Amino acid sequence: MSTAAETAARPNARPRRRRIADDEAWLGRLMLAPAVIYILALVGFPFFLALIYSVSSITVGSTDFHFVGLENYRQALDNPTFLRALRNTFIFALISQALVLTLATILAIALQKDFPGKWFVRLLILLPWVAPISLGTIGWLWIFEPIYSVINWTLRSIGIFGPHTWPIWLGQPRLAMASVITVHVWRLLPLATIILLGGLSSIPQDIHDAAQIDGANFLRHHFQITVPLIRPILLVALMFGMIFAVTDMIVIYVLTRGGPYDQTQVLATLAFFTGIDGGDLAGGASIALFLFPVLAAGAIVLLRLARRSEVG
Amino acid sequence: MAIVETRKIKKRFGESFAVNGVDLATKEGEFLVLLGPSGCGKTTLLRMIAGLEKQSSGDILIGGLLVNDLPPRARKIAMVFQSYALYPHMSVAENIAFPLKAQGVKRSEIPVMVDRAASMFSIKGLLDRKPRQLSGGERQRVALARAMVRNPDVFLLDEPLSNLDAKLRTMARDELQQFQRRLGTTTIYVTHDQVEAMGLGDRIAVMSQGKVRQLGPPQEVYFNPADTFVAGFLGSPPMNFFTQDNVIAGFRPEQFLPKEVYQGVQEPMLTVWFQVDRVENLGAGRLLYGRLRDMFQNEKVIVNLPSTLHLHVQPGASYEFAIKEQDVKYFDRATGNRVKPAPFWKRG
Repeated sequence: MSTAAETAARPNARPRRRRIADDEAWLGRLMLAPAVIYILALVGFPFFLALIYSVSSITVGSTDFHFVGLENYRQALDNPTFLRALRNTFIFALISQALVLTLATILAIALQKDFPGKWFVRLLILLPWVAPISLGTIGWLWIFEPIYSVINWTLRSIGIFGPHTWPIWLGQPRLAMASVITVHVWRLLPLATIILLGGLSSIPQDIHDAAQIDGANFLRHHFQITVPLIRPILLVALMFGMIFAVTDMIVIYVLTRGGPYDQTQVLATLAFFTGIDGGDLAGGASIALFLFPVLAAGAIVLLRLARRSEVG
Repeated sequence: MAIVETRKIKKRFGESFAVNGVDLATKEGEFLVLLGPSGCGKTTLLRMIAGLEKQSSGDILIGGLLVNDLPPRARKIAMVFQSYALYPHMSVAENIAFPLKAQGVKRSEIPVMVDRAASMFSIKGLLDRKPRQLSGGERQRVALARAMVRNPDVFLLDEPLSNLDAKLRTMARDELQQFQRRLGTTTIYVTHDQVEAMGLGDRIAVMSQGKVRQLGPPQEVYFNPADTFVAGFLGSPPMNFFTQDNVIAGFRPEQFLPKEVYQGVQEPMLTVWFQVDRVENLGAGRLLYGRLRDMFQNEKVIVNLPSTLHLHVQPGASYEFAIKEQDVKYFDRATGNRVKPAPFWKRG
């Protein structure tokens, strides 16, 4: 009876089978699933595994779980190599980021102007970013080679160094740090430049015109108008750069393996050498995670600052 | 205060000229309006005077000084932009103080000057706010305060009222004119709005296709247009045109009125039968769409009757209308330029 009445009320009613394409709640979940699974399986799971390892005594040879509390972290702090790596990490990250931001700002401002051959310059600047990191770094390894490669040849031939004395770029403590910082800056500069170019082009031309009319010279225009207006984006670039610098190990692994005498050892490489090469999974995990709270706090502070200085 | 002068100034963009040979000179303390449709080159001309754009050829003089190669900051000008271009990260006070700091005004004098500018535009209560916390009208006042605080020789205004709503615009127009009169600063004002131009300008330069078509006081460009472009651009509805032989005749829709209205007028009149096709009642007046009869071959014209005229108008009927002979203007058919009257219209 009731079925008949319903059918009468809706003459064209088909049997209402809900298709997944019409069900927004389930469709949304389905489409999010790959990303969620990927993050849980390849980021979340290893992260928690590392957390658990870092409070255990697990090694490659003995995988039984024994809870040791913060013992691994305490041992790391007693280890002079760890302390040196911690210091190096900060030197490496801070100096390379200061250089990247300064150079990227200059490049971005230059690239905003129109000049002949601009496309070519853009291409050249982007190249380090599209080259695979390891291959690019191996290229630099050859460039830094003291006897058979280009830097020292050039410096000797223009007379800066005598025929029998030359710097060993990757073998002398200060030079080695300078070299790895150089390569890191070379590598990160394209990304920072592109981010800043985006920020610069979001400033309306009227603002620049007004500053010119108001009589601002180059420095005042730059530091009181342009930089404050791209500060949110500068902070985002800084955050990405710091995280890259602190967590990246390929440049140092390929160029110096942390040497000479741990002078370029950073936490990422030390964690790898301890945990993977040395087999001390628990020790490696604790070194790798040591900076996690610092980085997380730094990221939160930077994002807050970026939001506060946002202008509309 | 200073006189701004452009001599044979041209600006080329690629193949075409945005400004194509403009000779213009303001008077001391004058309010000069550059009026024209979008793309006529008025903003480009203003930006060249400001120094934001470099002319392709020609000279610009401000206060008798050749400024061709001077940057904007050396030209003693101030400019207000259509978008106001307030610095979004600075407070109102910092915005107004910026040009003073940039020009190296003594630190101790800056607050006094900012205060004076702010009270002139009644924005003292807003000094601590950021631009995004202001309404459109308030932003416009801040932009004006920032422009006048440094006592420039010349004000350049690029459609400063077009971002305000209609009600505010009328008020702002009135205020703007008062400030300009009080300061007596030479002002060049760009707009595409003829009402603003008529209401504000001491003189109006009507521009089209990179050239100044006519320069003169508002009444003159309105009632004595130099060519068909000026005649057709000004007025709403614009001038009625119709062609006879090699001459275009034109008259203003509000000057062609029922014959009775002109009773007792001594000047020579022209009369013609006008057939009304359609009536639009706009409240403030009525627009009559219709045709000229007799010898005028049904030329379509629009008539603007003021609301004070209580004439009953029936669509389809014809009425005897009249106009003063001197109010009919004649233009060359080929060039569009004004010519001497051609007496083809029968006397009434």
